[in-house]
Amino acid sequence: MTDSILLANILPAAQLATSMTDKIALMWPEIILFATTCVVLIVGLSPSATIRKSTGAIAAVGLAIATLMAHASPPGQGGFGAMMPYAKALIGIVGLLMVGLMAGTVDRRFEAAIESGRATYQPLLATRAEFYAFFLFSLTGAMLCAGANDLIWLFLALELTSLPTYVMVVISTRGTRSQESGVKYFFLGALGAAIFLMGFALIFGGTGSTMLFGTPGDPGIAEILAYQTLQFNGINPIAMAGLVLAVIGIGFKIAAVPMHFYTADVYQGASSTVAAFLAFVPKTAGFIALIVLLGTVGWSHDTFAGEGGQLPGVLRTVLWVMAVMTMFAGNILALVQTSAKRMLAYSSIAHSGYMLVGLIAGPGDGTFRNSGIAAVLFYLTAYGVMNLGAFAVIACLEKANRDSESGDAPEDVADLKGLCKTHPLLGVSMVICAISLLGMPPLLGFWGKLPLFTAGIGAGEIVLVVILGINSAIAAFYYLRLAGAALLEEPDEQNEALRVTPFGARTFAAVLSAGGVVSLSILSGPIMGAAETSGRYTPVDTTAIFQDKVFLPPEGTMMPIFPDPTEGLGEID
Amino acid sequence: MELSSVLLFVMILLPLVFAALVAMRPREHAAGIATVGMLAAGLVATLGLFQFDWSRTAEFQGAGSIPWMPSLGMELSVGVDSVAMLLVALTALLGPICVIASYTAIREKTQTFYAMLLILQAAMFGVFCARDLVFFYICFEFTLIPMYVMISLFGSTNRKAAATKFFLYTFTGSVIALAGFVYVAWYHANVFTVGEWTLAIEPLRQAAASMPADQQVWVMLAMLAGFAIKVPLFPVHTWLPLAHTEAPTAGSVILAGVLLKLGTYGIYRFVLPFAPAAVVEYAPIIAIVSIIGIVYAGLICWVQTDVKKRVAYSSVSHLGFCVLGLVAINNAGLTGSILYMINHGLSTGALFLLIGMVYERYHTRSMRELGGLAYKMPIWGCFMVYFAMASVGLPGLNGFISEFLCLMGTFQADASWAMVSANGDGATPGATFGTLGPWFALVAGTGMIIAAIYILFMVGKVCFGPLVEPQQHHDDDDHGPKLPTDLSAREIGVLMPLAILCLVFGLYPKPLLVAVSDPVNQTVSQVVEGYRAVTPINPVIDAPPVPAMTLRTEEGAAQ
Repeated sequence: MTDSILLANILPAAQLATSMTDKIALMWPEIILFATTCVVLIVGLSPSATIRKSTGAIAAVGLAIATLMAHASPPGQGGFGAMMPYAKALIGIVGLLMVGLMAGTVDRRFEAAIESGRATYQPLLATRAEFYAFFLFSLTGAMLCAGANDLIWLFLALELTSLPTYVMVVISTRGTRSQESGVKYFFLGALGAAIFLMGFALIFGGTGSTMLFGTPGDPGIAEILAYQTLQFNGINPIAMAGLVLAVIGIGFKIAAVPMHFYTADVYQGASSTVAAFLAFVPKTAGFIALIVLLGTVGWSHDTFAGEGGQLPGVLRTVLWVMAVMTMFAGNILALVQTSAKRMLAYSSIAHSGYMLVGLIAGPGDGTFRNSGIAAVLFYLTAYGVMNLGAFAVIACLEKANRDSESGDAPEDVADLKGLCKTHPLLGVSMVICAISLLGMPPLLGFWGKLPLFTAGIGAGEIVLVVILGINSAIAAFYYLRLAGAALLEEPDEQNEALRVTPFGARTFAAVLSAGGVVSLSILSGPIMGAAETSGRYTPVDTTAIFQDKVFLPPEGTMMPIFPDPTEGLGEID
Repeated sequence: MELSSVLLFVMILLPLVFAALVAMRPREHAAGIATVGMLAAGLVATLGLFQFDWSRTAEFQGAGSIPWMPSLGMELSVGVDSVAMLLVALTALLGPICVIASYTAIREKTQTFYAMLLILQAAMFGVFCARDLVFFYICFEFTLIPMYVMISLFGSTNRKAAATKFFLYTFTGSVIALAGFVYVAWYHANVFTVGEWTLAIEPLRQAAASMPADQQVWVMLAMLAGFAIKVPLFPVHTWLPLAHTEAPTAGSVILAGVLLKLGTYGIYRFVLPFAPAAVVEYAPIIAIVSIIGIVYAGLICWVQTDVKKRVAYSSVSHLGFCVLGLVAINNAGLTGSILYMINHGLSTGALFLLIGMVYERYHTRSMRELGGLAYKMPIWGCFMVYFAMASVGLPGLNGFISEFLCLMGTFQADASWAMVSANGDGATPGATFGTLGPWFALVAGTGMIIAAIYILFMVGKVCFGPLVEPQQHHDDDDHGPKLPTDLSAREIGVLMPLAILCLVFGLYPKPLLVAVSDPVNQTVSQVVEGYRAVTPINPVIDAPPVPAMTLRTEEGAAQ
């Protein structure tokens, strides 16, 4: 653990301890989730079917408590500390909707066999405990990301978000396809992790700290980078390379180009329930991580520059290209899909592209209309609800004349034909969610996009905003196909009839999401307000840096921390 | 009595309430509820017409707002001037007509159909009443969904493709327009004022008009992307013939009658006052595009054999006149254009109704299979000839006055005329820029001749030629009355109000001219002032000519 040794070198032990206790005070939601996870792990293996089946409910209760605690939590430390309660509550609420959706994902055939007496209960064959535990672990990881103030913490939190999902994908269906996609997801995920870990290492190399935002007298990466910017007119190239690698690596979590290749295959291979999970939780964790990470460099120096903070040119270019490519790749590839799940997978790529526009815009002056960060936080909420609804409708349906646990979900858009006739509640939910995802005013998706527009234009990214508009129009093609199949087409006689899965909780989640889309379309004022406060950014106090030079690195660090960028990399041993 | 904002809100909400009722009640009641709903909304609109103070026509009356989404500074604010009020009245008139005309044509999924018509009605009211940019945009966009559903569920054979094309074209354009709107709002908050964020139209207009000319050009292009597709202007008109042909009769009537006007209304309300310098600069180009539309669509129209497609292309041609009048930027042109919006809604709406009636009887719209129908259905023939004349622009009927004014405006927008009319003072109402001129009017005028050819040819063939009826009659199915019978009392009742208005506005258009004169003057002077404020004034307007540089400094000092 070289890292921790170095960390100990840099941070005085006393301060480390204080900051740990401080952090634990902010971590109650995660602690509660962890405790729930332990309970779930045990309860899910109970030989009594009744107790076993209460696992989901227990997870829901734990999540509800964690959400309430998150809501009541004080803001965290650092530049984006205000974001923490909002992000955790968001993860909790969408997580609650997802608990309902997860009902019956695993062990369905096994439980049926036990009930009919064809099998006896064997803990080794059951996966319920692991499934819900991993579900909660992943949410814990996402919440930890929101509270992260340290590169190592951030890395561990991101991996805690992702690692459980690899297993969830594999056990979500009994088919070989989910195993294939699980393996694919794992390897690409490992690649992504390796890339951003390399990035984190380089950031450490370029700054000598793993702490993201320091306290007075204890400089973190943000302060050191601010100093570098002021002193050398730019940040250390090693740190810059690290940031670029980190952004690209985290691009895996948010499914952004060039790390998007897994998305469609994995979503298609996993069950719809798990696909809904993948489309939200790792993405939210990834965006939070990006906000925190870019906060260390992006918008920290505005008090000095006097004309609004901006990302360094290299990072901005990288994000710009990523955003444009992600939007176009997602939307154009979604156009040609016939599978509803693949279409939603590619569209989720496109939505990441939209949100990247908000990241490029940055926190602006902190008002909702100018803050790209607030726009991203609000968009995550809107996207979470409406995308969950679309996946949930698919998860609620299965083909009537088969009873296998895999391959019985409706796959093609054509399977959804006439859904409003055959299953009006689900059909209407699908139509509402699809139209909202399209960005049709006055539904929630439009209110999500409008702040991205205003923030983008406020930051002067007019070309990007126009590209965003064009992409919304491209997205209209396939969302319209989805909504049209459900609403306007006649049920296809040749297709196998669809029936609703016997899990009321799934239907409930689907209808609740659609209801959420409609009600939030009208009443999202308070959420916008919350996003506005949460997207506020406390810039690094650059005057303090110049005055007492508290930033100076302690003795005995391994490399010169502030090499002059003009002298190049040759100086570094 | 003062026009109150409550009335406007009620007018917008009422169709929505009835749409919900239609959806909840059994399908047998759908048509009845929809009729009551449309008539109720019409009644409220009529009340609004009476409450509207016609002595202050340029003022936005009935102003009021409800805060919504405060973080984005958005409000549901309403208010109408006389132009908006007249278009609201047109919408309110066509609504019940569409419902009543659909009694026999729509027999299946009636709930969906009437609910969509009512939602569409509410959205169109919203567009004309909106005084908030995003509220306007929401209503503007929301017209797409009901129309999409109507075309793709109740249209004819190629309906899916037509509906999709309609949706995508319009959606793409208006998203770009939204970017333009947001840019104006940003400019208002960050450059024009210090951090005062608003989405209200009036302050944004002032901000936009003070933009540098190059930025105005971009704003104008962004807005035109939305509105030109809706109008539709050449070369983005290709969605319209398809959508019109495939749409059910009521859909076509609303589409031609009101929805296309959203585009010209948008140009009148937003493009002209928001980007005056850019509009003056680019007026010849927009005019040329309109004229190409007028002539080209007219020529295409000539060779169509589908009656409905003919009328659809004629809409493209006619709306070209409307835009031409707008970019003439003088009293005659703008007045003619606004009148055109109303008159085209009346006459073309009626033509689509008439074609729908024939289609219900014969299940064909091909001119090869139809001929001499006036012998079989004299009343129908009578109406057909009447509305065709109105559409062509026969003096005495409503089409003439608006077409004439549009062309006159274009003619007067000439350098030499500008000198005369401006009287040395460019800000005089009625002032005109030397951007267009007789040549524009001349070429556009050929469009009138072409229009006469294609409409008269169609009327001659379908009404008066040798009697031709389709080979296979669908005698035994239950669609529509037994064939062929002349118009029923209901159908005559639907056409009569339109016929009367066509005649009234044709013989005595003065009330309309008076009603729109103040807003038109105001818009023209806004454009003139806006143009003078940001660019060197065209020396032609002000005599004696002053060096541009001097004037610009003076303007700058005056600011």
